[in-house]
Amino acid sequence: MTPPTQLEFCDVRQVVGPLVVLKRVEGVGWDEFAQVRLPSGETRQGLVLEVDEDTAVVQILQGTQGIGLSGVRLAFEGRPLHIPVGEGWLGRVCDGLGQPRDGGPPVFGETLRPVAGAPMNPVARATPSEPVLTGVSAIDALTTLVRGQKLPIFSVAGLPHLELATQIAAQAHAGDEPFKVVFAGMGLSHPDAAAVRDVLEERAAAGELTLFLNTADDPVIERVLTPRLALTVAEYLAFVRGQHVLVVVADMTSYAEAVREVSAARGEVPGRRAYPGYLYSDLASLYERCGRIAGRPGSVTLVPVLTMPGGDITHPVPDLTGYITEGQIVLSRSLHERGIFPPVDVLGSLSRLMRKGAGPGRTRPEHVDLAAQLVAALARSGQAADLAELVGAAALTETDRRYLGFAKVFEGTFLRQRIDEARTLDQTLDLAWQVISMLPRRELAMLDHEALDSHYREVVPDGASP
Amino acid sequence: MTGRLGRIRRVSGPLVEATGLDGVTMADLVELGPARLPAEAVAIRDEVVTLQAYEYTGGLRPGDVAISRGEPLSAGLGPGLLGGVFDGLLRSLVGAPEYLFPGRREEPAATTLWHFVPEAKEGDEAWPGVRIGTVDGVGLEHRVLVPPGVAGRLDWVADEGPHTLAEPVARVGEAAIALQTRWPIRRPRPVLERLNGGVPLFTGQRVLDLLYPVAQGSAAAVPGGFGTGKTMLLQQIAKWSDADAIVYVGCGERGNELADTLQELRELDDPRRGGRLADRTVIIANTSNMPMMAREASIYSGLTVAEYLRDMGYHTVVIADSTSRWAEARREFASRTRQLPAEEGYPADLPSSLAAFYERAGRFRTLSGAEASVTVIGAVSPAGGDMTEPVTAHTQRFVRCLWTLDRDLAYARHYPSVSWRGSYSRDAAVIAGWYTGRGDPEWVRRRARVLALLAEADRLAELAELVGVSALPSQERMVLLVGQLIRRAVLQQSATSANDATCAMPKQAALVDAVLTVHDRSVQLVSDGVSATAMEKVDFTPLLRAREDSGSSDVDAVIRRREELLGVLDGLT
Ligand SMILES: Nc1ncnc2c1ncn2[C@@H]1O[C@H](COP(=O)(O)OP(=O)(O)OP(=O)(O)O)[C@@H](O)[C@H]1O
Ligand SMILES: [Mg+2]
Repeated sequence: MTPPTQLEFCDVRQVVGPLVVLKRVEGVGWDEFAQVRLPSGETRQGLVLEVDEDTAVVQILQGTQGIGLSGVRLAFEGRPLHIPVGEGWLGRVCDGLGQPRDGGPPVFGETLRPVAGAPMNPVARATPSEPVLTGVSAIDALTTLVRGQKLPIFSVAGLPHLELATQIAAQAHAGDEPFKVVFAGMGLSHPDAAAVRDVLEERAAAGELTLFLNTADDPVIERVLTPRLALTVAEYLAFVRGQHVLVVVADMTSYAEAVREVSAARGEVPGRRAYPGYLYSDLASLYERCGRIAGRPGSVTLVPVLTMPGGDITHPVPDLTGYITEGQIVLSRSLHERGIFPPVDVLGSLSRLMRKGAGPGRTRPEHVDLAAQLVAALARSGQAADLAELVGAAALTETDRRYLGFAKVFEGTFLRQRIDEARTLDQTLDLAWQVISMLPRRELAMLDHEALDSHYREVVPDGASP
Repeated sequence: MTGRLGRIRRVSGPLVEATGLDGVTMADLVELGPARLPAEAVAIRDEVVTLQAYEYTGGLRPGDVAISRGEPLSAGLGPGLLGGVFDGLLRSLVGAPEYLFPGRREEPAATTLWHFVPEAKEGDEAWPGVRIGTVDGVGLEHRVLVPPGVAGRLDWVADEGPHTLAEPVARVGEAAIALQTRWPIRRPRPVLERLNGGVPLFTGQRVLDLLYPVAQGSAAAVPGGFGTGKTMLLQQIAKWSDADAIVYVGCGERGNELADTLQELRELDDPRRGGRLADRTVIIANTSNMPMMAREASIYSGLTVAEYLRDMGYHTVVIADSTSRWAEARREFASRTRQLPAEEGYPADLPSSLAAFYERAGRFRTLSGAEASVTVIGAVSPAGGDMTEPVTAHTQRFVRCLWTLDRDLAYARHYPSVSWRGSYSRDAAVIAGWYTGRGDPEWVRRRARVLALLAEADRLAELAELVGVSALPSQERMVLLVGQLIRRAVLQQSATSANDATCAMPKQAALVDAVLTVHDRSVQLVSDGVSATAMEKVDFTPLLRAREDSGSSDVDAVIRRREELLGVLDGLT
């Protein structure tokens, strides 16, 4: 690994937002990486956004504060940003650009990789087909996460999405197979960042976790790189080292805002809500890095967390995310207000790959039907609840009352879970059977007789006829 | 082809400017830098040529070379397309590395030998479309034709035997005809004439074949927000429709989905011709993380391949998922070239380029004199699910069928979520004529009754929300009931079901007839005094499960279910 030869220039002509316009530049290519040295001796990093004859536009990741027309030197590396990759990242806590935050030495790697990655050949992909178990009942049973899938958590400000994401990062596993977690936090408050570190402490100590933390007071623009670093580290662990890697990134809305800020500084034509028109492709260049490769043992699974501004699912960030990811887990404010954690809105959530990762040979044979039956029963309970509001619960049919009872138990015992409670898949599915047994057997048309005979034990509420 | 040598002066993502490319014309192919990245000339101002690069341009610098190839962006067309998987510029992805780094790749097919069997002989007259021979390959018979622009007499035809794609197999004067020909992807391939006609394209999806049928050679669009089922519906059409060949363009969509489609097509048997479904399919995969500008080209590559197969006399279907990603790529490039944006930042030529895209569909007399068609079906992904956004709004102007997917139906897990309020088929009238002439005059009646009952049931459901179901007259409650039955017994169809993923026309007719007969009987019963509440309590499960429980063309099973249920109804009096 010889350090690349560097070219140095210093003729700064403009400083606008996070951008520096440099003249009398030669031999610098688009998307190259630059080391920026300030007169104070401080160093920053930059990326080339445009080259035009002898002019280069450079985006400074840590912002342009303190940069003027003179005294700044930019050294170009002749190639896009590379980082070292390897197992050295495991157990480490770093900032959003990969600099140690844990007091340890800089991370060295086995080799260097470009953080932008390269598109995976779709023909080389293997279809995702086994689950990642999270220990969270609502997810494992109803929106099963599959190795190689991208499944976002859609939330709104004030809900415990970070707690849920951290719980998943702490508990997830792939059975007996080697499993690692890369957690990238962007724009987190200090208390949130501390809480994340705290919960993930054990996993980090076990050498199973890498933590990238960009806090709310860290430079905004560096967030553009944070998820890319996380994915670059993950790809290597997965496809070279044969590990199953879960990447959790929170909060993608903060990331998208950083992208928007750069776009605005460049004077680009703004699209919806002033996000640039290429936001879809930009998000896809991150989300699509997960998956499996045929003939290789590992996998990259991605759980992005995002807060929908104003709770609006048609906002560009959730909307474009939904167009790229394979389903979504939606959190509900009303469940949260009723004190239920995790507040997963089961009807609004869907794992599009669930059928591939759950069922016979993967989880339990009856799993997929049981999940479909639970979801259908919840939909029906919702209708009954609406009706009860109009006409009063007393005027409902007995069946509808059974549905109301079912929904209550579902929320209280199945959905509700302690924040540090890891349920095994068997515990989760047994619980699901317990809950569905609140309904009369004739209502369970989606389950076959065999499964019903071995698991269904009807619970008849007081005062109801069996 | 030796090209002119120019120099790059500006690079901003896929936008590159070069000078010194004298003689270059619009849409010419230009290769950039040491890796020779493909790019297309999109504007020429004085000395400066603006280029749209088709690959990641990282590391490209001012001063690097730009070489003009002197031909427009073209695709190589020949045997080996069917069963293959290609990127947006029609370069094979089979045999390419796991990660697609920019730059030239070896084309593995270049050395493959194809067994050529001549049909024409020396001295025969040759004009575009004349058959020279065939090539053994997978799937359909591959026909080698005299390409457009070549005419005269065959001076030489190769003997039967193996040839590579580039080797000539015939000569007409100066022109050597190889197994592979090149065609500029943005230009429609010539035909003798456009034909009218209304032969339905069977899709195997009841809601389409019954309510919103599409004719061979027509154009259809599927707008719907994320997760409403566009991809699933299009994949079903790719699998079960009765076209000869399918060109499936994954334009800016998911890699996992393509891997899955590919795997399924390789496993499924072609019910019409035998062999695997993959053998009648060409997949063009430019997933969302592959270079954005190649995504823009992928749509045209797909159309060109379909036209090439059409020219051999085949009925082809081009499926594009999603046209919105293509439009967005155009918008992105327009904004980089600082074109004045029109609606929502899209370039002003958005409507005309959409029109040109859907106009490449049609039923034609080919240069060989055969009747063949290209049907175009495009998904549309409206931003924020907003059906008034420009791509969705303009697309509606240029297609004959609109299959609108409804978020509420999808949320209720009613699949395919094709809305019976927002969808239409302008082919329905000619297709009705076709069915009437082909011995199924009942199709027209069934369709009309189902549409009318659905509309009436929707109207009554709104009323019932205000006044309560029990306030409605019994007859109207029966209409509400049949609305449910139509949705659940006929329109819903799970793509993941072993029996019901596709449905033959006779089974579809039997299902519809069963529901309508049950409805007629119910109406009779309530007018004879049976209470509507009693009717609503009937267990309709046998009818609801009929589509799932019997094979995709099992009419008898449906009739048995119908009789079973009618027996129950008769017991009510
Ligand atoms: N015909 C169908 N049968 C069964 N399930 C379906 C059907 N259509 C859709 N679904 C369900 O809905 C999910 C989403 O469907 P699909 O991937 O086709 O959506 P889409 O409209 O293409 O979304 P996007 O715009 O995000 O690509 C599927 O994973 C499946 O669970
Ligand atoms: Mg889709």
